[in-house]
Amino acid sequence: MSNARANILARLRANVAKTPIELDRRFESPDWSRDERIEQFCKAMRSVKTEVHQVNENDWQDKLADLVKEKKLKNLLYAPAGPLADKIESAWKKHDGLPELITREVDVDGWKEELFFDVDAAITSTRSAIAEVGAMILWPTPEEPRTFSLVPPIHIAVVEADKLHNTFSDAIATEKWHEGMPTNALLISGPSKSADIEQTLAYGVHGPVELVVLLIQ
Amino acid sequence: MHQTAEFHKRVKNALDNPQLRNNFRVAMDGLMEKRSNAFPDKKFLEELRITGSKLRANALVKQADLLEQLEANCTRNGIQVHWAETIDEANHIVLGIMDSHNATRMIKGKSMVSEEMELNHFLEAHGKSCIESDLGEYIIQLDHETPSHIIAPAIHKSKQEIAKLFKAKHPDIPYSEDIETLTRSARNILRSKFYEAEVGLSGVNFAVAETGTICLVENEGNGRMCTTAPPVHIAVTGIEKVLEKLEDVPPLLKLLTRSASGQHISTYFNMITSPRKPGEKDGPKEVHLVLLDNQRSKIYEDEELYDSLRCIRCGACMNHCPVYTKIGGHAYGSLIPGPIGSVIEPQKFGLDKFGILPTTSTLCGACGEVCPVKIPLPKLLHRLRYEQVRDDHTGATNGQGSRRSTKEAMIWKIWSWAHARPTVYRTGTRMASLFRGLLPKSMGPWTRVRSAPRIAPKSLHELAREEGFDNE
Repeated sequence: MSNARANILARLRANVAKTPIELDRRFESPDWSRDERIEQFCKAMRSVKTEVHQVNENDWQDKLADLVKEKKLKNLLYAPAGPLADKIESAWKKHDGLPELITREVDVDGWKEELFFDVDAAITSTRSAIAEVGAMILWPTPEEPRTFSLVPPIHIAVVEADKLHNTFSDAIATEKWHEGMPTNALLISGPSKSADIEQTLAYGVHGPVELVVLLIQ
Repeated sequence: MHQTAEFHKRVKNALDNPQLRNNFRVAMDGLMEKRSNAFPDKKFLEELRITGSKLRANALVKQADLLEQLEANCTRNGIQVHWAETIDEANHIVLGIMDSHNATRMIKGKSMVSEEMELNHFLEAHGKSCIESDLGEYIIQLDHETPSHIIAPAIHKSKQEIAKLFKAKHPDIPYSEDIETLTRSARNILRSKFYEAEVGLSGVNFAVAETGTICLVENEGNGRMCTTAPPVHIAVTGIEKVLEKLEDVPPLLKLLTRSASGQHISTYFNMITSPRKPGEKDGPKEVHLVLLDNQRSKIYEDEELYDSLRCIRCGACMNHCPVYTKIGGHAYGSLIPGPIGSVIEPQKFGLDKFGILPTTSTLCGACGEVCPVKIPLPKLLHRLRYEQVRDDHTGATNGQGSRRSTKEAMIWKIWSWAHARPTVYRTGTRMASLFRGLLPKSMGPWTRVRSAPRIAPKSLHELAREEGFDNE
């Protein structure tokens, strides 16, 4: 092995009499009510082409059933051990003509081809969300893996209005992220997009082409 | 001088290309407007810039300690950390990881450090395939080009040029100049590449020492794909990207996306703290972090120039640079173009190689004014101009003194001698006014694109005296 590490650190420490910086890390947060947070979140999310539906805790699954029918999905991937499972399963019992519900409770490696080429949409819960910029926070779990919100062309996410933070700084501080970060933490704001051709925005690149948010009031 | 002649040739080619000039003009105007709209409140912007510059400066002051903390936390989390002093070392580390998995297929997210390493060439020479997955990077890879902008690599191309390129490389896809259709074609082509890749490579926007977390900013989802779908993820970063605390991230993220493209937040902000844990059903089983120095620790030695290491690579300085907008990114001949490139690249690769770059500026000050972390770019450009003509051999910058000319040094010596002696100065200006008609019309490079300066019949001092102003 080379001495790269020792050499780099030695050079960085060689002549350092650099003046310490005085930092004030109290980052300001707006003074928003719950309603204002909801309004700001919806506005910001819609501005990046997210389809936001304001729903209730008891019957959001009916809205989901309507949406998947409307979008003529062939199938919907969900997490049978995840927090949304009961509601989703009850809706599929109640309504007819819904897309096939699919679950794969094994490592993605075992069904990667199907995931990449045959799944129309996936639904996941979210950890919380950020009102200021319109972003959902996901900490994927063994039940709801990372690829659910990434690979299928449509991602449907359930966001709880009670879990809206004003800012990203608030989310990190309130939820004490520094005490333990997950394998992967994600902020998601809208369907995937690119402006690499002539600075013209085009939606649907490598991540989902559509993002649907069910915001539980 | 060879580099100067080559540079002038590239500049001339760029200026003579109306399509290219139009592409840049339109794109830069758009980017400037987007940034301006994202910061409607100038007081807010100023406060945020101060916060951002302090957070970056703080991380640099503590850089050695933070790198050790980052390494310790990453290692504890299961991320394997590698150190590389040179590009060659970094390339061999990446190659070694691929070989240990008998891997031949790499899919790449956008990474300027991998461009700096010329990783694609290196790996291809060792029988590996590397596919760029960022749309802009994919386009220029198809055309065997280098990025012309750090966040919009294919900005020099029009949609017609891209449509023709796609048709030439993928004859089975119907020709289309529609941007959404072109984008969707790239999605379809690259989907199977993500699926097949054995190794995913990404850059790093911020590396958080406190938690051992790698942060990535992106819109396309290709960054998430590269760091999620293949069984191995390798992140490459310059050592200067480290931050002290997790809470330092939001203000810098806010500055980065708004300065770069006027977005309040990117579509994805991807924070990676470990490889797949037992029980988790996807994500790479191995995550590697390669810390590349390549002269950064040398830049760090200089009290003034080390400010350039604060850069968060938003590209705002080039978007607002009147020179960049005219000549485009490729004319610079360096990997990173524009004002920040003109400061960093000569320091990395030597003033003897890139000494022309610090002169590629009108010193109008726009770059320094928009920089989200308040890097004093005009001052640093000026400093490097000094570095390349000084001859006291005390500065640390590579290639110091390489553009010094004895003739020019002599002229300035006489100039400062004359300006320190009022009698000589007054006689000199009087003579210059008297014999102004003898001044040649052609004055070397200066008059190639400008008319020759004319000396006024009366000096400013004389005019002032006539108007009744006096020193007394």
